Amino acid sequence: MQVTLKVFRYNPDVDKKWHYETYNLDIEETERILDLLELVKGHYDGSLSFRRSCAHGVCGSDAMRINGRNMLACKTLVRDVGDKIAVEPLLGLKVIKDLIVDMEPFFDNYKKVLPYFINDSPLPADGKERLQSPGERARFDDTTKCILCAACTTSCPSFWGSDDYLGPAALVAAHRFIFDSRDEAASERLRIISETSGVARCHTVYNCTMACPRDIQITRAIGELKMATLTGKVD
Amino acid sequence: MANVHEFDVVVVGAGGSGLMAGLYASRGAKTAVISKLYPTRSHTGAAQGGISAAFGNLEEDKPEWHTYDTVKGSDYLGDQDAIEFMCNEAIDAVLELEHMGLPFDRTPEGRILQRNFGGHTNNETGKPVRRACHAADRTGHMILQTLYQQCLKNKVNFFDEYQVLDLLLVNGKAAGVVAVELATGELHTFHAKAVIFATGGHGRIFEVTSNAYAYTGDGAAILLRRGLPLEDMEFFQFHPTGIYKLGILITEGVRGEGGVLINGKGERFMPKYASHVKDLASRDVVSRAIYTEIREGRGVNGQNYVYLDSRPESIIKYAAEDGRTNPDGSPYTITAEELLKKLPDIVDFNRVYLGIDPMTQMMPIQPTAHYTMGGIPTNKFGEVVIDDKNTAFPGLYAAGECACVSVHGANRLGTNSLLDLVVFGKHAGLRAAEYAKQADFQKLPDDPTAEARAQFDGLRNGSGKENVFDISREMKKVMFEDVGIYRNEKGMKAAIEKIAEWKERFKHVHIADTGRVFNTELLNAWELGNMLEVADVIAECALNRKESRGGHSREDFQKRDDVNWLKHTLAWKKNGKTEIGYKPVTITKYQPKERVY
Ligand SMILES: Cc1cc2nc3c(=O)[nH]c(=O)nc-3n(C[C@H](O)[C@H](O)[C@H](O)COP(=O)(O)OP(=O)(O)OC[C@H]3O[C@@H](n4cnc5c(N)ncnc54)[C@H](O)[C@@H]3O)c2cc1C
Ligand code: SF4
Ligand code: FES
Repeated sequence: MQVTLKVFRYNPDVDKKWHYETYNLDIEETERILDLLELVKGHYDGSLSFRRSCAHGVCGSDAMRINGRNMLACKTLVRDVGDKIAVEPLLGLKVIKDLIVDMEPFFDNYKKVLPYFINDSPLPADGKERLQSPGERARFDDTTKCILCAACTTSCPSFWGSDDYLGPAALVAAHRFIFDSRDEAASERLRIISETSGVARCHTVYNCTMACPRDIQITRAIGELKMATLTGKVD
Repeated sequence: MANVHEFDVVVVGAGGSGLMAGLYASRGAKTAVISKLYPTRSHTGAAQGGISAAFGNLEEDKPEWHTYDTVKGSDYLGDQDAIEFMCNEAIDAVLELEHMGLPFDRTPEGRILQRNFGGHTNNETGKPVRRACHAADRTGHMILQTLYQQCLKNKVNFFDEYQVLDLLLVNGKAAGVVAVELATGELHTFHAKAVIFATGGHGRIFEVTSNAYAYTGDGAAILLRRGLPLEDMEFFQFHPTGIYKLGILITEGVRGEGGVLINGKGERFMPKYASHVKDLASRDVVSRAIYTEIREGRGVNGQNYVYLDSRPESIIKYAAEDGRTNPDGSPYTITAEELLKKLPDIVDFNRVYLGIDPMTQMMPIQPTAHYTMGGIPTNKFGEVVIDDKNTAFPGLYAAGECACVSVHGANRLGTNSLLDLVVFGKHAGLRAAEYAKQADFQKLPDDPTAEARAQFDGLRNGSGKENVFDISREMKKVMFEDVGIYRNEKGMKAAIEKIAEWKERFKHVHIADTGRVFNTELLNAWELGNMLEVADVIAECALNRKESRGGHSREDFQKRDDVNWLKHTLAWKKNGKTEIGYKPVTITKYQPKERVY
């Protein structure tokens, strides 16, 4: 089928200002938006730049705005978006080149919530695994799926509007550890996310949940965190 | 000199093996981990089904069985000392991951849950054994996240989005690496006492593959250019179940949970090829079976694919036929809800890419290029070895998919790669740090970035009449068809000629982007150069090996030939030509015998 692909372009070595470039392509409706970008790069303009690796929605490299919504280019097919396709970089992070944005502020926020397992108690006497029931394991399953693609955080008006909001992805990481029965640093993380840059900034807009390519119930997770910061209880 | 960094140990790559190496090396030495991708984008994150360890949490199992299964899976080309070492370390390695917080699925008793996988058996009954520890169907994702998180906790130094272009060797010792910082285009020299390569595989040389765009064989090609050998490059694994045309992997875990393969006539065909374990035979066997079905006209609708059936009613029906039971002896059953919990991503891939629901429809699949068995030769401590006597190269280490220990031999068993990363990543890290403690820095060459610059200049200064994308597409097609699952002399000779042509054309590629910032066009071209080098060595080694073993199946030499070919291949590049040598296989307890599944 024939599609028009409009792509945000900016090459800091050449361009003073960003612009859009439009390509008319003859492709299959089952192709991924990533395939279209590769086609343009291969045959129309080799300088077009974007991040990608796995090409099937598990590495988090290629979140971008596709027809105004944050999606993974490799997990969005042409038939999902129609024959007029506009591709732009994520909002709220500085554009470095074309579809590539500066991810550092995003990862800096992630690092703030102590996104690693903490348990300084002695290991079980038999040296084996710390026991965890299937129910306890299920409690935080949803938030273990995060691939740090930033689709959620960069769809959030609170994130756009502030310099220091941790953003949904960092809160998802906090949730993953706070609700893990084996972890021992919940109270410290709850303190961090109770600060003004934390859960209080979430106004339940649901953009994040809509944007998440891993179908994580982000707003619900943040709701559980809010409750935990209020009650001091994790269950 | 501008942009020179000094570290005791430099790790190239931040997947499972690189992170494990970084974690361990940084405990004893000043360490940097350099990666062309953000660490969490590494391909380890794509691994689905599980990591093996003979815990026996659900039924009897032991490391000796794991060892034997791996030896047999390797078609006796794996080095048995290294295999035994890995399988013995497996339990502690997986426990260490759990202690780092990895959220494994659990048994009712709260222990790590395990599932079946191809080639893993109870050695007494010959029946499949539950050995694969898993976190749903995103085990690799959880390993990658957990290790990255632990590296953050331990303040490991990362250089994210730096692509290594060259390895510096001085006085016969490792001296560091040269990398380009993607965001600025600047070259950096990492002066180091020890260098660990953990750059992953090169499946992108094939048309249909489960591998990431980043799988371009950079590490292997860099070492080749520096005159070091690669081992067993002819052995590449084709995984039986990739999504038709796309190659996206459908984990063997689907068959582990009871899924079966069905041909175009609606018949279950694996019992014909592997009467004992059927759909859970090892990968080379299943991939060949699928190909045979297709060639003999039993693909679906005359096309190049068959079905993978994971509908609960089918699973229950075939499990009853096979007499499959739960650990308590009751007949094996499964519900759609349970399957969805165990394989959520597989269901998602089917929905997104095919628009089908595997609970009610069968999945169209074909074999997909999946895993690099060959690679940078190492011993079981991750030290790079460079000849038939296993002489170690001072200061140089490799681990993970880019390395060849060799624990996978001619065919890797599923779940053994994740294990390989954790075990050998750790030992490479430990050894490198130990070495760095007593070694000195080698003096850097006057212009350490010269070779890297020359390569980039070469790409920019050709006549510009050739297209990277076109050469790449032609290479992938020919490699998949002629140096793929089935191989013969005629096809491989033709492929080698074509590779030479592409290499010539490659000298004249067009690079439109003159900028420095994220010049992905230049980098993709450089990666194509690596793929051509690697493809060339693979084809040469495959043509040279006149037998069939594991993943290497020759139509013109259909039998395994232990008299002449029970040996590893070593390949060097000298003056643009491939030179081939050999190295003995280490055999300890298990004498080669015929492989029956
Ligand atoms: C879809 C899929 C499913 C799988 N499922 C399983 C499974 O269930 N069980 C199992 O055991 N195995 C599985 N495997 C195999 C296993 O996942 C891989 O073999 C393994 O993860 C490779 O890890 P690695 O650390 O060697 O490399 P990777 O994780 O790929 O990391 C490579 C690293 O090297 C870096 N790098 C590469 N080149 C350069 C360069 N030039 N400069 C700087 N950095 C560089 C990359 O940025 C990356 O960080 C699967 C593989 C695939 C593709
Ligand atoms: S929560 Fe979802 S959208 Fe947000 S970073 Fe993680 S995977 Fe991406
Ligand atoms: S390329 Fe990995 S998520 Fe899209």
